[in-house]
Parts: sequence; C-alpha cells; structure tokens
Amino acid sequence: MQDAANLKDYRKQLREALENEFQRQALDKFAVAYRTSRSNAFAGIDAPELIAEIAAAKDAAVDHLPELFEEFKRHAEAAGTKVHWAATAHDANEIIGAIAKENGVRTVVKSKSMTAEEIHLNDHLEGQGLEVTETDLGEWIIQLRHEGPSHMVMPAIHLSRYQVADLFTEVTHKQQDVDIQKLVKVARRELRPKYCQADMGISGANFAIAATGSIGIITNEGNARLTTTLPRVHVALAGIDKLAPTLHEALRIIKCLPKNATGQAITSYVTWITGAVPAASAKDGKKVHHVVFLDNGRMAMARDPEFKQVLRCIRCGACANVCPIYRLVGGHKYGHVYIGAIGLVATYFFHGREKARNLVQNCLNCGACKAVCAAGIDLPTLIKEIHARIQDEEGHPLYSKAVGQVLKNRTLFHTMLKSARLAQKPVTGGTPFLRHLPMFLFKDHDFRALPAIADTAFRERWEKIRPRVDKADVKVALFSGCVQDFVYPEQMEAAVAVIASRPGVAMDYPMGQSCCGLPLMMLGEKKAAKELAAHNMNAIDAQGFDYIVTLCASCASYLKHGYKRLFKDDPAMAFKAAQFTDRVIDFSSFVHDVLGMADESFAGPAKDVTYHAPCHLCRGLGVTEAPRALLRDAGLNYLPAAEEDVCCGFGGSFSVKFPELSKELLRKKIDNLKATGATAMATDCPGCIMQIRGGFEHDGTTFEVRHVAEYLAERLKRK
Amino acid sequence: MPTSLSLVDRMQEKAVLAAAVVSKVASMDEAIAYVADVCANKEACQILASGCAEPLSDTAEELCRTKQQKIVCAPDMPEDVVAKLAALCEERGIAVITKGMRKRLGGIDIALTMAAAGIAETGTIVVRSTDEEVRLATMVAETHIAVLPAGAVVADSYDLEDRMAEWMAGPDYTAFITGPSRTADIERVLALGVHGPLELHLLILEGN
Repeated sequence: MQDAANLKDYRKQLREALENEFQRQALDKFAVAYRTSRSNAFAGIDAPELIAEIAAAKDAAVDHLPELFEEFKRHAEAAGTKVHWAATAHDANEIIGAIAKENGVRTVVKSKSMTAEEIHLNDHLEGQGLEVTETDLGEWIIQLRHEGPSHMVMPAIHLSRYQVADLFTEVTHKQQDVDIQKLVKVARRELRPKYCQADMGISGANFAIAATGSIGIITNEGNARLTTTLPRVHVALAGIDKLAPTLHEALRIIKCLPKNATGQAITSYVTWITGAVPAASAKDGKKVHHVVFLDNGRMAMARDPEFKQVLRCIRCGACANVCPIYRLVGGHKYGHVYIGAIGLVATYFFHGREKARNLVQNCLNCGACKAVCAAGIDLPTLIKEIHARIQDEEGHPLYSKAVGQVLKNRTLFHTMLKSARLAQKPVTGGTPFLRHLPMFLFKDHDFRALPAIADTAFRERWEKIRPRVDKADVKVALFSGCVQDFVYPEQMEAAVAVIASRPGVAMDYPMGQSCCGLPLMMLGEKKAAKELAAHNMNAIDAQGFDYIVTLCASCASYLKHGYKRLFKDDPAMAFKAAQFTDRVIDFSSFVHDVLGMADESFAGPAKDVTYHAPCHLCRGLGVTEAPRALLRDAGLNYLPAAEEDVCCGFGGSFSVKFPELSKELLRKKIDNLKATGATAMATDCPGCIMQIRGGFEHDGTTFEVRHVAEYLAERLKRK
Repeated sequence: MPTSLSLVDRMQEKAVLAAAVVSKVASMDEAIAYVADVCANKEACQILASGCAEPLSDTAEELCRTKQQKIVCAPDMPEDVVAKLAALCEERGIAVITKGMRKRLGGIDIALTMAAAGIAETGTIVVRSTDEEVRLATMVAETHIAVLPAGAVVADSYDLEDRMAEWMAGPDYTAFITGPSRTADIERVLALGVHGPLELHLLILEGN
C-alpha cells in the first residue's frame, strides 16, 4: 500500500522497492510469460471485436445503474435474497456488520473480493469481534502477513516460497517444507476447518445479472463455492458497476477476463448463484442471502463524461501485467488498494486525492495498459487527466506553472533555448553532449549523457536547404517538435532529403510552430497545453497542406489524438482541430505508405541494425510495419530485439521526476539492444534517441543510435 | 485430409488441456464400473494427496482423522444407478452414500455426478448444484467424476444463454467446472487441488 506523504518520500519507497530482487525477477518472468500465454489464449478469437463488445455493453449498463439495481433487487428478492445499496465504504461495512450481528455470527470465511479490500471490510468486522479468514490462497497469505494485495488477480505474487514456508511454519507451529505443492496442501487442510466452522461466508461478485437477480463469481481454487455453500449466511459484496442487464453481457466478459488476466482460456470455476438456495446449516433449510452493492463514488463517476469509462473495468489486472513501472516496483508501490494503471485512476475516486497525488505522476504514458485493456479504457489519458485535476484542486507546483508559462510563449521559449546554446559552451567540451556539469545539480540523473543544443537550429537552416518545387502534387508541412528543431536538426535535414528525392512534393516549415504541448500534459498543465495547441493550429494552416509530417512519434501521436480531445467541448475549435489532425502523419508512414518509397530508391552495403519501437508510434498510432519495411528496403539487415515495443524509460518529464525508474528501464532496453549483436539502432522518436544514445554514451559503449530518416538519407540513390 | 473436430472431440481435447481425465463410455453401466475401479485402485490412503501427510496444526490434523473408509458419494443420481454402484462397490469394501455430505467434510474419495451440459470451446462441464449435497460432493471429494451425455455438448457458452436464464428464474446454483481446482498463487507455480477436487474425470456418455 502506497502511503507516502510527498513525492520525495514516494521516491524513497520506490528506491526500496527497486532493491527487492525477488519481486523484480518474479515480475520480469511473469511479464514475459504473460505476453505469450495471452496471445495463445486469444488465438482464433477476434480480441478487438470482443473488447469493443464488452466496452459497448458496459457503457450501456453504466448509463442505467439505478434502474438495473431496481430490476436486480426485484428478481433477487423474489428468490429470497435481501438486496442493499451502500452509498459509502462506511455504509457497506455497517450493513455487513449488522447482518453478522442479527444472525449471531462469530466466524466468517471470505473468498476473494477487491471491493472488500477497497472498504477495509476485515478491519471493520474484526473490530466487531468477529474472526475473519480469507480462503483464497494468495489472500490468506497476505492476510496472515497483514498486507494488502500486490496484484489484482495474484495477490501474493511478490512473495517467495521461502517466505510462505516461514509464514506457514509460524501459523501451524510445525516446520514446513519449501515445496510449493506441499505448501498448497497445507493451506487446503488448514483452511478446511475454517469453512466447516464459519457462520457466515462473504464473497465478491464478478457480475450481478439484473434480469434474474443472480451473481456470478470467477475463481480457480473453488473457495468461492465452499464459502457460499457451507456457512448458513452468505453476503456478496459488489461494486454497483458489476450490474449487467442479462447473462448475455456476462458471458462475453467471461470469454475475455481469464484470457486477459493470466492467459487461461477459462478459470476452473464460474459459479452462478440465484436467490436463497437450500442450506442444511440454516434454520429453515434455506440460506440467509444478502447482496450489498457499493457506490463509494461510482455513481459520481458514472455521471462524469470523461471518467465513466473507468466503470468498464472488469478487474482482470492486465494493465499491471504490461506496465513497465509495475514490473519494476510491484503493486504495493504502484497502487493504493487497486493496482496498476486502473489503480492510479481508481485510487483518486475511491480513496481520495491524498492517496492518489503521488501515484498519478508515476506514469510513462507509454500506452501499454490501454493496448491490453479488456474494456478499451483509455487509461494513460485518464491518468494525466487526474494529475491535471489534482493540480487544479490543490494549486499547481511552481516549476510546472513556470514551464507552462514558458512553453506557451513561443518567442520566450525559443529565446531561452538560444541563450542556453551559449551558456552550455563551457560544459560540452566540444562534444554533442553536455559534459563537466556541476554534478550536485544532477545527482540522480547521471545515468545518461544529455545532448547539447545544436549550434544552428533547424529553423535557422530551413531557408538555405528548402527544396524549390515548381509543380507540386503533394503539399507537406513539416512539424519538427522542439528536440529536432534545437537538438537534432540533422534528423530533420535527413527527412527533407528523403522526401525531396520524390519529385512533386512541396515542403514548407511554418516558422510560427512551437512545442506540440505534450510535455505540458505530462505535467498536468492542461490549460497551457490547450493554448499551445491553438497556437500551433494557427501557425500551420492545415487547409494549405495535404499532410503535416513529423519525425517525432510523441508529437505525431499527440497532435493526432490529443488535439481533438482538447477541443471536444468547443465546436468551432473542434472542427479546426479535426482538419488539422486528419493531416498529421508520422515520417515512416508518409515515406512508405504515401510516397511509396521502396528498395529501388536505396543503395548501400548491408549493415546490421536493430530497432526500438517508440510507444507513441507502435501503440499511439498503431504504426509497426512502415519503419521496419523501410529499413529492409534500404538494404539494412534488421535484427529484431527482445521487448522491442517496451518503453525505453524516457517519457519526457517522467525521466526527470523519476530518474531511478527511468534508469532501470533504459538499462533493460540497452541490454536487449546489445543482445541482438547489432551495433546500430534505428527509431522514430528523438526523445527515445536522446534517452538511448545518452545511455550508451554514459555506458561507454559504441553504438550508433539514429533516426530512421538518417539511415534512409545516407542510402538514397544519387540521381 | 484434415477434418474439423466434432464437438465431442473438441470437448475432450480442451478438457484434457485443462488437466481433466477424459474417457468415452458406451453406457451408464460402464460409467459405474469406471467409478468403482478408480476408487478401488486409489492408493489406500489417497487422502495423503490432499495434505494429511503434511505437518499440520492440531485442528487441521483432527479433521484428517475423521475419515476411515473409502467412500463414493452419488447425490442426485437415479436410484438404479446408485443401487448398481453400491453393489459393485460393496464387494470391494467401498461405501456408497447419497447424502450427509456435511458429516464428511474431512474428505471423501469420489463424487459421481451428471453434467447438464458441456462447453466444447473450453472443455467445461456445467453442473447444476442447487441441491446442497451435489454442491458439497463436487467440492469435498478428492476426485470428481462427472458423466456427460455426448448430446449435451454445445459449441460455446453463448449457446447456453437461454437455458441458463431459465434455470436462474428461481433459486439456483449452477457451476461451470473446467478441470480440477487449481492455484498459481505461490510463485505462479501451478498446483492442482486447492480447495476443490484434486482430479476431475469426465466420462462422455455416447449413444442414448
């Protein structure tokens, strides 16, 4: 459970988590294995279609939760179930506590429920003098250790067999073997008497079917069946968002959830319970059955146009499985009660700003969670949105406000960059990197060499190099982004050469353009980001061009998707934004798909080159084939690297805020690149180049890191 | 020439992937004989597999001592089936019961049930267990043997929607069961038989 008072303390907790060697290895192994088992599980199934189906069904249900509740209640009560609505966590605890009291309950067994974790139900019941035992193996283990879960589906994934053996030794007062199969059997036998003695069973619910008043529970161990069968009282606790109109929707979710969670085709058990079923232990032979629905902020979320999609979540935990940060630090530091990307969002709503403030900053915006989400939730955007909201509610930090002020004023920003060019002279030592920096300023940032600002910005070179085209078939506006304009102008020059090799393409570089604004979104400065977007849309008159081409994957993805979102509530600007974004295209797609350049355009000796897929290109724009095809067409021998599409750790301001995490991600990336045997790497994003080139430089390894455009330019056939 | 698998073959293939033991039987008599054989051939103290041999706390160990004789339970099975099964088991010293599961929570050897449907896509059986004896039998037994009529196999769970909605019109407890109980909660290492059966045997009953 992440409970740091401020960002500094949070970073300290993260550093401690990084030192947990066992956890890191376990999560690494899982992340790699998960990818394969997930894709095997979905073989032959149209996953995007299934995900779209789930998203649409959830959206429709979220708009009618009160009606669905009434319908559920009517059917469930006709079948002998008592149905409750709890507005808050406190109310839910009180309701369940009261049910225990009126039924003379002394002991409780529970099957896994994240909702019960959310409201800290065990603490409440124990405070009432009840004995509560978790029966899911992982949950029991963490209950005995007085911890929260560290993964939504595998609560004890952070623990080793040795830790479990020690724990069980303590619990049974007998020395336990470290053999996992034996430990599982011990748990089986130790928990069996608990079920036999329990007066009340508490379960969660994966579904609540309004049409029949039924609940559905998904488990592998079967503990939910015992929990709901042996005790005379059964209470199911469910978030109000678990309501579905009919079985139809639930069956779709079942088809997806286990596959997305762990790569299992289906869990061992899916249990459907309707009404008060026969129970020999109950007084009149019928189970005392209650279903408690929890609101706790969900209804407010359902009314929030931006955040209602959070209620689509089916709790598969996949967003944690693919998150590069979760993989480094684990769920106790990457969540409060709910874990992973969804946890960052849910924490704000269910547990408050205090608990969410640090967490939401710890996101690379790499989009891996969004790509894997079983319900198509746009998690990275929502995380940034919450960051912005918290700052709006609490006041913006000085540095973030200052960056906003500078970036939205192009003249000021560019003047500052030019002054920095002069100021850096003493520290570059004539190299393209900043050297001899006073290191006390950069204590935690010494894991990569930072690039120097170029002597002549691209905007200052443009007039000299711009190709003159008499008869233009295609008109292109170049968007450079700050890094390529001021740090890597040679990448832009290479792109101009490649594009100019095709006759009839007129290029323009509108001078008024400035930073795309993504860094401001990363800092939660949404208002300044909006001003900057409007500025760029004015600087580049979209109607005068067929394409707006950018070599920066992050700019491209943000210009394409972010601008539309910024102005969605302003019809006039939304129209303008649509005109603008429809023309935005990344360099590789433009050259490969639009210009159709292929092997006849290039010549040169074979050379091994590996590739890094920028997050904002492969996931942000769904572009995966164009750059690789271009490299091959240019005569390069492309050697795929392991985890090619996993983030390099740059994440813009992320690497400044969380240098320890950025460093670890960069280390992994570099190891994977080296392992290909190549000594050159191509990519499509200057940010990734800054990070990876800086990493190799710091490492002292000779490794060429360049933009795809540069490789293409040097291999252009001379005419 | 490759042919598409029939539903039953697909059911079998997927159930085996989920660690179920699958056989085809031509008649209920064959199924009964199978049950008696499995029970007779179980190790004398098969319950060891469920954890009684491990170092347990005193309370848990006490529960282990409650079991003395090999038991097959067959709740909610037709009377003639139970009678035949009882006759076959008696000569091997095995008790056959149809109720009283709550007194047997220490463990029983085998639960015999009928599956209402099979889902070929995932090798899942659907067991209606509103009868508490069925529910408990299929959870407490070390081995669950289910008889699945071949004609009850459907392609995927979507095909069951209407029937299930009918079942759920009143108090009902229905289970999808796919393979034996399992966990991977410790170091993601798969272990079979956590709270439910250690083994699931599926007897696909062909013909009528």
